[in-house]
Amino acid sequence: MCNNLTAKERLAIDRVHMPELDAELRSRNFEEVNQGLAREEAVREAQRCIQCKTRPCVEGCPVGVSIPEFIDALAAEKLPKAARILQGDNALPAVCGRVCPQESQCEARCVRGVKGEAVAIGYLERFVADWAMTNADKLRSEPLPTGTGKKVAVVGCGPAGLTAAGELARKGHTVTIFEALHDTGGVLRYGIPEFRLPKEIIDVEVDRLLALGVEIECNVIIGKTMTLDQLREQFDAVFIANGAGLPVMLNMPGENLKGVYSANEFLTRVNLMEAGCNPNSPTPIIKGNSVAVIGGGNTAMDCVRTARRLGAERAMIIYRRSEAEMPARIEEIRHAKEEGVEFVMLTAPLEIIGDDKGWTAALSCEKMELGQSDESGRRKPVPVANSRYEVPVDVVVNAIGTRSNPLLTATAPDLALNKWGNIVSDEQGATSIPGVFAGGDIVRGGATVILAMGDGKQAAAAIHGFLSGAA
Amino acid sequence: MFEVISNDILAPNLHRMVIRAPRIAPVRRPGQFVIVRVGRGDERIPLTIGDADPAVGTITLFIQAIGASTRKIVAIPAGGSILDVAGPLGKPTHLANWKRVACIGGGVGTAVLFPLVKALAATESQITTIIGGRSSQYVILADELAALSETLLITTEDGSLGRKGFVTAELSELIADPLRTPDAVFAIGPVPMMRAIAELTRPHGIETIVSLNPIMIDGTGMCGGCRVVVDGESKFACVDGPEFDGHLVDFAGLSDRLTTYRDQEAALCHAANECKLTTGVAHV
Repeated sequence: MCNNLTAKERLAIDRVHMPELDAELRSRNFEEVNQGLAREEAVREAQRCIQCKTRPCVEGCPVGVSIPEFIDALAAEKLPKAARILQGDNALPAVCGRVCPQESQCEARCVRGVKGEAVAIGYLERFVADWAMTNADKLRSEPLPTGTGKKVAVVGCGPAGLTAAGELARKGHTVTIFEALHDTGGVLRYGIPEFRLPKEIIDVEVDRLLALGVEIECNVIIGKTMTLDQLREQFDAVFIANGAGLPVMLNMPGENLKGVYSANEFLTRVNLMEAGCNPNSPTPIIKGNSVAVIGGGNTAMDCVRTARRLGAERAMIIYRRSEAEMPARIEEIRHAKEEGVEFVMLTAPLEIIGDDKGWTAALSCEKMELGQSDESGRRKPVPVANSRYEVPVDVVVNAIGTRSNPLLTATAPDLALNKWGNIVSDEQGATSIPGVFAGGDIVRGGATVILAMGDGKQAAAAIHGFLSGAA
Repeated sequence: MFEVISNDILAPNLHRMVIRAPRIAPVRRPGQFVIVRVGRGDERIPLTIGDADPAVGTITLFIQAIGASTRKIVAIPAGGSILDVAGPLGKPTHLANWKRVACIGGGVGTAVLFPLVKALAATESQITTIIGGRSSQYVILADELAALSETLLITTEDGSLGRKGFVTAELSELIADPLRTPDAVFAIGPVPMMRAIAELTRPHGIETIVSLNPIMIDGTGMCGGCRVVVDGESKFACVDGPEFDGHLVDFAGLSDRLTTYRDQEAALCHAANECKLTTGVAHV
């Protein structure tokens, strides 16, 4: 195929559709829903890119991937080149190609989206990253940089930590990641279900870091096993990316009944410890026949779709605003609906009602309507009088958010925090302690994978500057 | 990998294992625990750190084999290894210079009590230790605790060792004697025992600290599964505890949540045909 198309020819190509597993079948298994593009489809989609000079898509990408360049190489079927460009800019392209909210980032800025449909940048990213995984032999292995002799500790093996580690290792620094859990990936592994991000993708991306010489030590809890001060003594710089690790509770009656989960516990049991999805897993879970998930973000979608796969006949999203305000990705909402999830909008939970044995039996809710806009610019939900009603449920999952985990910060009194307990850092990730940088959810509160990665990339650049004496 | 240095049987289904954990040994304090996972795909099990030797980098764990996962842990011989040991987690015990303190351990809870008594022995406190078990073979660490305590009292339900009855009977006598009334009581054991002790000390206003054992996943506060209502507020035992003021704990709620997976675990044990006990959790 040739890439010397005229603008008219490019504009004549329709946006590709991602092949997906049948909704009825997939709602009962954990196989990946999006099946990926065939090579011909990917190349043709790449040819839709008009290679505009302004490159607005790159500005929409928190890690600044050279999007037109990798798409151009793909359109010309120069796959090794496309892979090199992509991997050079993004430590976790196969992850981003699957979980990024492209519709509100790169694709939202695409010039082709002005009068039609944006180029499917996310699908193309995934295609190139997946190609690179299965064709590693066709890619020259990355030359290892000359060592600088500087040591950097990274706290947390999630998207921000992995990204920073990759960037720093490529600059020749010796990087050690400390992870509190027993496995790598952080929220990518415990938070995102297999049907959206297969575990082997994380494994391959982590292996690429190991090949760069990054060391990963699991089961080390900074703040408990070692303190920040100890890290500062043993390393030349520290990057803290330990995530937002405490669930926000509902604070309503019945919250401690059996069958009530935080999203973190529900997803961790299934994703990290394989409860319910691997018949040999010893980890138990209450599966539920009628499940209510409270919240409207991506985590809520992950929980409710997981509940369906664990066998729930009725799986509901309970959200107090309307669908238009839901923060979840449009694709996740669509997938959930196709899989039979009920969307109970403009509804606020009031109380979880138990049976006489302490098990969850019902969720008491009230209807809401949208009133005036609040400080977030969204219309504030207000209760409708006398609209209280009960839904019978046996499992309730609370997916309303997380807050900062205090284990590290409680043992680092010099580290400046904001009123929510998040670490205060500047745009480069520098904290109140010289040589200590931070990024991801511990700085932002619960956000997205790609924003955390953007923080990791920026902090890595700042750390490199600091270590080189330029900061 | 964490090497198992030794593995001894203290009582039926109760093992003392010494494990090489060089990062944890020097920093752990009494009252803290580790999360242990034997191998890929296994459960994460919280276990109190019974003792540590910072010089050689080892920690001691007391493990009651009651389910599939704890049986797998105790089956590892000296020289074998455990894939994951993470910690130390939880808040260390708050130690004060009490004049008289009573330390009470029920069954396997005695093992959790041990590091506490050891730490208290280094203070000025006069320690009366009361340990109990179903019968003599379930009474553990008696010699070690006797060496650390002013007085050691033993009770067994069948009278095969020490006084016949429950630890609460000995505590009642202590409280009734003005010369021996403790200023503080530490109680560690089955939930009904800790609850009974808290009720016993409440009218006397004696500070009572209990160590709780809710179902736990990550041990770092992330999942919120170990929440316990204390003084009307949800607390996470892994980060806010595991020790709490026994007079403020909602024991009924704790007991109830502990039964969450009882049926599933019983089925699992039944399938494996290897469990004698089907209730309780592994946290010792």
